[in-house]
Amino acid sequence: MIEMYSESTAAALAAAVRNRIVSATELAMAALARIAEGEPKVHAFNQVTPEMAIETAERIDAAIAAGEKVGPLAGVPVAFKDNMNLIGTRTTCSSKILENYESVYNATAVARMLDAGVVPLGKLNMDEFAFGSSGESSHTGPARNPWDLTRIPGGSSAGSAAAVAAGFTPLTLGSDTGGSIRQPGAMTGTVALKPTYGRVSRYGLVAFASSLDQIGPISRTVEDSALALSVIAGKDPMDATSHDAEVEDFVAAARDADVSGMRIGVVRDAFEAEGLQPEVREAFEDAVKRFEAIGAKVDEVSLPMSQNAIAAYYVIAPAEASSNLARFDGIRYGHRVSDAEDVIDLYLRSRAEGFGPESKRRIMLGTYALSAGYYDAYYAQAQRARTLIAREFGEAFERFDVLLTPTSPQVAWRFGEKSDPLTMYLSDVFTIPVNLAGNAAINVPVGFSKHGGDKLPIGLQIIGDYFAEAKLFRAAAALELEMALDLKSPIAEAADSDDTPPDAQGMLGYFTS
Amino acid sequence: MALSEEEVRHVAMLARLQLTDEEVESLRTDLNSILDYVDQLQKLELADVDPMEHPIPTVNVTRPDEPRPVLSREDALRNAPESQDGAFVIPRIVGGGDAS
Repeated sequence: MIEMYSESTAAALAAAVRNRIVSATELAMAALARIAEGEPKVHAFNQVTPEMAIETAERIDAAIAAGEKVGPLAGVPVAFKDNMNLIGTRTTCSSKILENYESVYNATAVARMLDAGVVPLGKLNMDEFAFGSSGESSHTGPARNPWDLTRIPGGSSAGSAAAVAAGFTPLTLGSDTGGSIRQPGAMTGTVALKPTYGRVSRYGLVAFASSLDQIGPISRTVEDSALALSVIAGKDPMDATSHDAEVEDFVAAARDADVSGMRIGVVRDAFEAEGLQPEVREAFEDAVKRFEAIGAKVDEVSLPMSQNAIAAYYVIAPAEASSNLARFDGIRYGHRVSDAEDVIDLYLRSRAEGFGPESKRRIMLGTYALSAGYYDAYYAQAQRARTLIAREFGEAFERFDVLLTPTSPQVAWRFGEKSDPLTMYLSDVFTIPVNLAGNAAINVPVGFSKHGGDKLPIGLQIIGDYFAEAKLFRAAAALELEMALDLKSPIAEAADSDDTPPDAQGMLGYFTS
Repeated sequence: MALSEEEVRHVAMLARLQLTDEEVESLRTDLNSILDYVDQLQKLELADVDPMEHPIPTVNVTRPDEPRPVLSREDALRNAPESQDGAFVIPRIVGGGDAS
């Protein structure tokens, strides 16, 4: 079990712990050993929590020894994106303005994972306040792609994807406002789910754009994704936008993995997308053929209104972000200049020093779009376009169970390659429309590119109607089974082939030094 | 509609962000390039379309008005840059030396 840690699923690890084949403490040590070895290369974490991990694991082992009933994820080492509150950690959003912020309560999704018995390894690197598609806007420096350390792991949930691909953990939570779970999933060869808006409580998630944000899992398999969603989904009185839709048996849907008779719509517009790489197109076409071969009814669909999605998004998301980030004023928490002349001076300079360039850009864009005289031209117009984008998806789901696009038009690019903000924004062409409509979507690995000689993962996006995650899991699991890809990154491979047993004292020394 | 330097400074004041001259210039360039792209929305005929505020409409979500545990004062102040006597400390807002 320990030797296979980097390729084990959360479901398998939980079963092994429950059946006393391995202890939660042994798993925590194995996870920490891999992090100690690989983290200097990958930088997936903003904070590693070895003491919390070992204490939690020991508690679970004691509960199992005492014959107590434990949760479905008992003993599974996991980690959380650094925009989710977890008591005992800092929640920094990879921003200087929050670099010393200590969580004083748990996010609901985090609390539900803890109740299910997970062992928290720490908090994961991300684009600052989730503003980005590459991880490069992190104040702590970017996470790197375990498939090629000279390339981005995607963003904004950069560390959430990199930690899974590096074999540090089988399961993490990320957040997705315009593709921030799915796109890093595509870049790292991991399964990455953005649930329907309202499926998972946002309480305790630092808000970026409140009408778009959703928390979701990143994992190695579709079944783990289903297992994680069944743990975190459901109504929460602390988030009025969380929904009481039935939490179905998602794991059963993933195990069912049957698409016979399923109506699958291939989004034709995807083929004309700017910058679609030939190898991504080929992998997409191949995935479509495989769905046909295993019994799905495949046809084409067009979503022309989605051509306006990026434009609408870059009004709506920054507008909401500029309002949400107004709370960082240097008064109640966060960075504060020490020599302010008056309160306006305190606001102006604390925020100037605390926010990075991309955060400032989005705050400025959003403030402008909401300012007197421009509100109707920008914000109201974008919200009207959003209505039509959502309506178009609704019509498509009258004809189809799920829709297909590539997740990203390209594979992981090199650091610094997209230095112009607009070029970066345009790379989220397939994921952004889904957030505007509020639908669910999942990234599934469907192959590799040989871009520049390196083996880089390619992802497929499967989009479902509101609260139709069970269909997503069924389709994604069927494709996963059919493709049977070897998804072990070079970093994970190296960790597993190193058979030195984890040295407990040495490791704790590493994390505390 | 291109943003002028003066407008960038005005928006920065609304957003309570102090900008250097270099930042004003680079933000002016970036924002104009993004707004140029966003202007494609102006070509859409949307007068008859209702704006969408939320993906899943929810109306009047309420809960029983009952006392329950909330964040303690200590926890609420834990991350304050400066606090005293159970309160946040901020620079003086009203008046100067004399009671005006």
